[in-house]
Amino acid sequence: MAEILIKNVAKRFGTYQALQDINLTISDQEFMVLLGASGCGKSTLLRIIAGLETATEGEVWIGGRRIDHLAPKDRGISMVFQNYAVFPHLTVFENIGFGLRMQKLPQADVERRVARTAELMQIGELLKRYSGELSGGQRQRVAVARALAMEPDVILMDEPLSNLDALLRLEMRAELKGVLAESSTTAIYVTHDQVEAMSLADRISVMHEGRIAQAATPVEVYRNPAERFIASFIGNPPMNFIDATPAGDGKWTVAGQVFDGPATEKGKLEFAIRPEDVRGAEQGLSLNVRVVEPLGAHLLVTGAVDGHLFRAVLDSDLVVNRGDVLTLAPLPDRVRWFDPDTTLAVN
Amino acid sequence: MNARYLPYVMILPVTLFLCVFFIYPFVLVAQQAFSVDGSWSLANFQEVVGYWKFPISMKNTLLLALAVVPVQVILALTMATMVTKMKTGRDIVLYIWTIPLGISDLAAGIIWLAIFEQSGFLNSMMHGLGMVDRPVNFLTYQNPGIVFLAIALAEIWRATAIMLVILVAGMGLIPKEYYEAAEVFGASPWKRFLRITLPMLRPSLQTALILRVILAFEIFAVVQALGGTLFPVLMGSVYEYQFDLLNSGAAAAIALIILVISIGFTLLILRALRVPKGATI
Ligand SMILES: Nc1ncnc2c1ncn2[C@@H]1O[C@H](COP(=O)(O)OP(=O)(O)OP(=O)(O)O)[C@@H](O)[C@H]1O
Ligand SMILES: [Mg+2]
Repeated sequence: MAEILIKNVAKRFGTYQALQDINLTISDQEFMVLLGASGCGKSTLLRIIAGLETATEGEVWIGGRRIDHLAPKDRGISMVFQNYAVFPHLTVFENIGFGLRMQKLPQADVERRVARTAELMQIGELLKRYSGELSGGQRQRVAVARALAMEPDVILMDEPLSNLDALLRLEMRAELKGVLAESSTTAIYVTHDQVEAMSLADRISVMHEGRIAQAATPVEVYRNPAERFIASFIGNPPMNFIDATPAGDGKWTVAGQVFDGPATEKGKLEFAIRPEDVRGAEQGLSLNVRVVEPLGAHLLVTGAVDGHLFRAVLDSDLVVNRGDVLTLAPLPDRVRWFDPDTTLAVN
Repeated sequence: MNARYLPYVMILPVTLFLCVFFIYPFVLVAQQAFSVDGSWSLANFQEVVGYWKFPISMKNTLLLALAVVPVQVILALTMATMVTKMKTGRDIVLYIWTIPLGISDLAAGIIWLAIFEQSGFLNSMMHGLGMVDRPVNFLTYQNPGIVFLAIALAEIWRATAIMLVILVAGMGLIPKEYYEAAEVFGASPWKRFLRITLPMLRPSLQTALILRVILAFEIFAVVQALGGTLFPVLMGSVYEYQFDLLNSGAAAAIALIILVISIGFTLLILRALRVPKGATI
């Protein structure tokens, strides 16, 4: 059982507030992905859990045990470092077996576990090489294999696949997910690749400027972003936003059209809709088409609605030209609203 | 200028300098060592090796190196580790520890003589504490052990810092992330030292050891100050042949013997601490 509990964790580097009031529960065997832009504090949080950094405030619990005063090796974790940290003076074999040797495992067990994890990461032929003789992606896989070989309760991965080509990445991603699902490992996985986050995660924690903006299932994060930032960060292309003014009775005027919306006293809201959640219709938002990009499966149309940047993902059979004016109706149950003052979602 | 020749042109001054001030004198010394009255001969070597003092000097020099260098390695490693771990005041500590480097070896010998001689600090202290009735003369032929110890101490005090600075520089080059990875994967501080620091320090250790071992075979002034004739060493013989006996052929022969020993140990150290092929440090 390795449930991870992060309570009110904050971290300051001098006067710089890298993390503030992080509260997060990660259940046993869950695959949690930390997603966020560069510099938002993902690595810092991971390093606090690993014990390589001390939190300025707060507590970390693993498996019902408070561990933030323990040495890293007593926390039951293993880690894939963002910069790999593959030992240059040891062979790939000795690198992967490093932790097992430290546990004084018999040679036969070390060999078996190294061979198996190396096979898994497709680096079985490289065992005799030194890290200086590997490519960046191979080195990264050694780092992952080294962490997996420990068969830990908790595995912390800091962008473990960032250096692989698209195809290998896809393969490794599936492999990793399979392995971790089979073992009873709780995983925290840092990435700034949202597709990776979506495909791997049981839950995603979206981080923004040192705090957790939303922790929910991938579908929930995608469908119901808790903040405007998340809506504009997740999804490719991200959500469209249009200013809305109240029309009374919970109705809102958006680009001349009236929509049902939240009944609040606010004088202003933002209407939000995903590009793929609009359909051509008789009545709706008029989009002045500026750019048309055929993407094969879809047609990505970029233009302006009422002066706001607007993208629509449409059926590839449609014939759309630059300068056309399309009338698009948003799917009513996919419309979201944000408060421009707090940037939070409004229901 | 053609880029192919540029590097050679640029090392030309250094090469010339080395040729004039190193290779040329070396050739002269070698010539002197291998000739008697202008003709090729091994007589100089036969003479110096056959002299009764030679085996004693050889033994003393080797023993001293054997006693001093390992202690210095351990001390320098310990001190370097401590300095590297320091967050503040690191520079000051390093400066203080390297003060002995700025003192000439003869001066260092005299400082330690002032401690050990009959009217020295050690005697005053022991006398003051009532441990001895009257000052003892430590540095006599009756106390060869103490003479050896005094010389070893002076050498350790004087020349550990040169290893220290090399090792501190080397340790500073080891990226922190390797220690973090080792820590996460269960290596205790001692294991981290053995499995990360030592292997990754090999290039610096090589340099430091070679420098120290060569200097250890050239030990002279400290011995002269503390032991005088009680503790003959190889370099002392060179001095005696050259200036007391005015036999520069013999002096050159011993100098060459010291050179050969130094080269031998250098090769040994290079081999023992070599980085495996392919490993990058
Ligand atoms: N040791 C440190 N001293 C001072 N500031 C630091 C330190 N480590 C991190 N920071 C700062 O804390 C913030 C968060 O850093 P962190 O490494 O956690 O970002 P990240 O989310 O992992 O980014 P990336 O995706 O680029 O790896 C950054 O602004 C960084 O500059
Ligand atoms: Mg990071």
